[in-house]
Amino acid sequence: MLEIKNLHVSIEEEQKEILRGLDLKVGPGEVHAIMGPNGSGKSTLASVLAGRDGYEVTEGSISFDGDDLLELEADERAREGLFLAFQYPVELPGVSMSNFLKQAVSSVREHRGLDALSAGDFLKLMKEKASLVHLDPALKARAVNEGFSGGEKKRNEIFQLAMLDPKLAILDETDSGLDIDALRIVADGVNTLRSSDRSFVVITHYQRLLDYIVPDVVHVLVDGKIVLSGDKSLALKLEEHGYDWIRDESALPA
Amino acid sequence: MVGIAVDVVMDSVSVTTTFNAELDKNGIIFCSFGEAVQNHPELVKKYLGRVVPYTDNYFAALNSAVFSDGSFCYIPKGVRCPVELSTYFRINAAGTGQFERTLIVADDDSYVSYLEGCTAPQRDENQLHAAVVEIVAMESAEVKYSTIQNWYPGNADGIGGIFNFVTKRGICEGDHSKISWTQLETGSAITWKYPSCILKGDHSVGEFYSVAFTKGKQQADTGTKMIHIGKDTSSTIISKGISAGNSQNAYRGLVRVNRGAENARNFSQCDSMLLGDRCGAHTYPYLEISNPSAQVEHEATTSKVGEDQIFYCKARGISETDAIKLIVNGFCKEILAKLPMEFAVEARNLLAIELEGSVG
Repeated sequence: MLEIKNLHVSIEEEQKEILRGLDLKVGPGEVHAIMGPNGSGKSTLASVLAGRDGYEVTEGSISFDGDDLLELEADERAREGLFLAFQYPVELPGVSMSNFLKQAVSSVREHRGLDALSAGDFLKLMKEKASLVHLDPALKARAVNEGFSGGEKKRNEIFQLAMLDPKLAILDETDSGLDIDALRIVADGVNTLRSSDRSFVVITHYQRLLDYIVPDVVHVLVDGKIVLSGDKSLALKLEEHGYDWIRDESALPA
Repeated sequence: MVGIAVDVVMDSVSVTTTFNAELDKNGIIFCSFGEAVQNHPELVKKYLGRVVPYTDNYFAALNSAVFSDGSFCYIPKGVRCPVELSTYFRINAAGTGQFERTLIVADDDSYVSYLEGCTAPQRDENQLHAAVVEIVAMESAEVKYSTIQNWYPGNADGIGGIFNFVTKRGICEGDHSKISWTQLETGSAITWKYPSCILKGDHSVGEFYSVAFTKGKQQADTGTKMIHIGKDTSSTIISKGISAGNSQNAYRGLVRVNRGAENARNFSQCDSMLLGDRCGAHTYPYLEISNPSAQVEHEATTSKVGEDQIFYCKARGISETDAIKLIVNGFCKEILAKLPMEFAVEARNLLAIELEGSVG
């Protein structure tokens, strides 16, 4: 589904290299977790995958479902089935959730050669998916993320994920700022959406989320590279010992 | 759908007035100025120049001297006009000025909703539009005046285009009267336009809702004047300016509360949105308050359509052009909602087309 080879990425304005030869392979239906210390490049990875401006890929390749991802614009990637759940979802004043999603869903459906949804079917879809993350149905009239609590914003990301039905979903620190209950709701929502033709890349600091969203593979990202991969027990080891032991083992500079 | 009675004015000369039977039944007079002078001279004499005397400004003087035609509308006591009234201005001949004069009189307890839509073909020289619109609202009367202005704005280098210098003023003559101005301005090379309300009657209400969109090398300087004279008067101003390209968009508004205007209330909100790095938005609010019991609130925001917002939309499969349309529409929503339905649809489409051309 996703194959990243030797990816080198710099921040355009600063000419600073953040990703230094990152390799990652995610198969269909798999859930991969990426953990790492602050500044390791986790957010950069999410941004580059989604196609945000301001990053320069100096070397390497990304293939998504067989296509060269770097050739595609951000909106094309989304229509192709790549979804990013933002760490800090932005507000769109005056733009109602229903208008926003109607536009998004119809763009994606058109791209996939599907018929447009009738107004009634669309509302039904919204209601169904909103209930997955316990979002109040009245939200459809609210402006996107405006006045949403932190927990609501994160649940809103998962709601949109459910509406857009992507092949690959990248969750960028979805657990940050969430209390235990909100975390459970988000995790339950994600788990309901797991399927054999949908992959997840879950970026997180804390092992706790991975108790609920149990990954198939855990990767450790340090200084712009994935230095270690293992099963879910690796996350527990990190929780107990931190990241320093990995540096020692990989002979990385401190 | 409610019918629309249309009086078409081409090159300052009224061409046609439809729906006469329906209006006649209600005693409503809606005709060209020329006809009004012929058939209802006493009414015209009574109200003409009450609100905008020729001494008011240069362009009003010019209009008073040379106005050739326009529309006249009189709603009798107690009548709620059953159709939207509409005047359609079109400037055809090159190098001319359009000097139409519109006078709307709503007698006690009456209601009318009036639509003004404008257009002009593309030409290299400038054309002048110096119109005068006067509204008189008597006791408990209400007049809604809506405008969609899309005069030719000139080309990308600022050559040609209409100079739109319009004097629009309403007087809430009677107690409990109300006048609302709603406008979507997207055209003209240069616009100077300040639809205003003189709140003379006690408990009278003045409203101004505006969306002004400029791009290319357009300059818009538009706003309103709310003059509080009677007691317990209130005014609401909501102005949204959107600038793109190399344009300059300014809001200029005056809220004046005279000494005898007890308990005046005003709420003003002026929001600017910038699309791009080379355009400008300016806000010039003037407050002249001479009565201590007045309550005046003013809010202003300036925003740039953020890259983060556009990226968020793109990350959901929405193209950049559609994202900007969505965001700008959200910005203007509450104003466009004030327009009568048919006009609101036209307004949204016009805005969408204008945005299409400005995203580069």
